[in-house]
Amino acid sequence: MFVLVEMVDTVRIPPWQFERKLNDSIAEELNKKLANKVVYNVGLCICLFDITKLEDAYVFPGDGASHTKVHFRYVVFHPFLDEILIGTIKGCSPEGVHVSLGFFEDILIPPESLQQPAKFDEAEQVWVWEYETEEGAHDLYMDTGEEIRFRVVDESFVDTSPTGPSSAEVASSSEELPKKEAPYTLVGSISEPGLGLLSWWTSN
Amino acid sequence: MRRKDANSALLSNYEVLQLLTDLKEQRKESGKNKHSSGQQNLNTITYETLKYISKTPCRHQSPEIVREFLTAMKSHNLTKAEKLQLLNHRPMTAVEIQLIVEESEERLTEEQIEALLHTVTSILPADPEPEPEPEGTAASAMEQEGPA
Repeated sequence: MFVLVEMVDTVRIPPWQFERKLNDSIAEELNKKLANKVVYNVGLCICLFDITKLEDAYVFPGDGASHTKVHFRYVVFHPFLDEILIGTIKGCSPEGVHVSLGFFEDILIPPESLQQPAKFDEAEQVWVWEYETEEGAHDLYMDTGEEIRFRVVDESFVDTSPTGPSSAEVASSSEELPKKEAPYTLVGSISEPGLGLLSWWTSN
Repeated sequence: MRRKDANSALLSNYEVLQLLTDLKEQRKESGKNKHSSGQQNLNTITYETLKYISKTPCRHQSPEIVREFLTAMKSHNLTKAEKLQLLNHRPMTAVEIQLIVEESEERLTEEQIEALLHTVTSILPADPEPEPEPEGTAASAMEQEGPA
C-alpha cells in the first residue's frame, strides 16, 4: 500500500530559521510542501522517511534565504495494481459504491465490478447484491460504514495545476465554480469470491 | 522538484506505523510549532493514516516477527507483493489466500494452502481474543460455507 519514493528538490530556508539545525528545518519544509498532497503520477504523500543527501547551500543575491538541494525519500500511498485493500463504505450512488480509507477518500467501485447480480435500491440509495441460493434470493445490502475488501484494478492521475487565465471576459462573467476533480482516484472491484463486505465472508 | 525513483522500496504497514508513531512522539516533545498552519497537513495525514493502520493486524507485529515471517515464507515461492499482502492482511481463510496469491489453484495444492495459512496464523499475532478453533477446521468450514 505504501511505497518509498526518492525525490530531489531545492528547499528554501528563510534567515530567521538559521539558528535551527539545517536537517530539522529542511524536514519541516519538505513536510509542509508535500504531506497530504498528491504528486502527479506518484501518489498521495504521507511523510518524510529520511534525507539521503544534502548538497551545498547557496544564498542568492537579493534573497537572504539559503537554498539547498536535497535528496530525500518520502513515504507515499500508492497501491499497486491488483492489490487487496480493506476500506469503509462511504456511500452509494448510481455511479457505484464509494469507499474511503480514512486518509484517502477517492475510491470508486463501478456497478459492473460489483458481485453480480447487483441492483441499486433507489429508495434507500444503496447497492444490493442479490445472492442466489437454493432457498431463494438473499438481498445483501452494502450499507454505509461497513468494512469492505476490494481489489485495486485501476488508478488515474489528473493534473489539477491551474491552467492560467483563459479569455478574461468569458471567465469573469460566468458565476459557476469550475468542477472540482480529485487529483488521484482509484477504481476497485469486488467481483471475486472473498471480496465485498467482510461480514459476507466470515464464519463465526 | 523531480522524482528520482518512484518505486524505490515497498513499505509494510508495520513500518509505516512505526515511522508515524515515532514522528508523533518527536513532535509532541518539541511541541511549539505543531499548530502552525504549515504543519496542519502533516497533522491531518498522520492522524488519519495512524487511525487506519492501527485497525489492521500490523499493530501486533515487531521487527523480529516480520523477520521470522519472511524466513518462513522463503520455502513457499511467493512474490514480494504476495508476501507483503500476507503480512499486511494476515489472512485466516483459504479464500483470502486465493485472492492474494495469483493463480493459486495452479501454484499451490490444498495442503500447501493449509500449510501457508498455518504459518501465517502461527507467526503473525492476532488480536488478543479467545480463538478456540484450530486453523485447519476454520479454513475448511470457510470453503464450504460461502457468504453468510
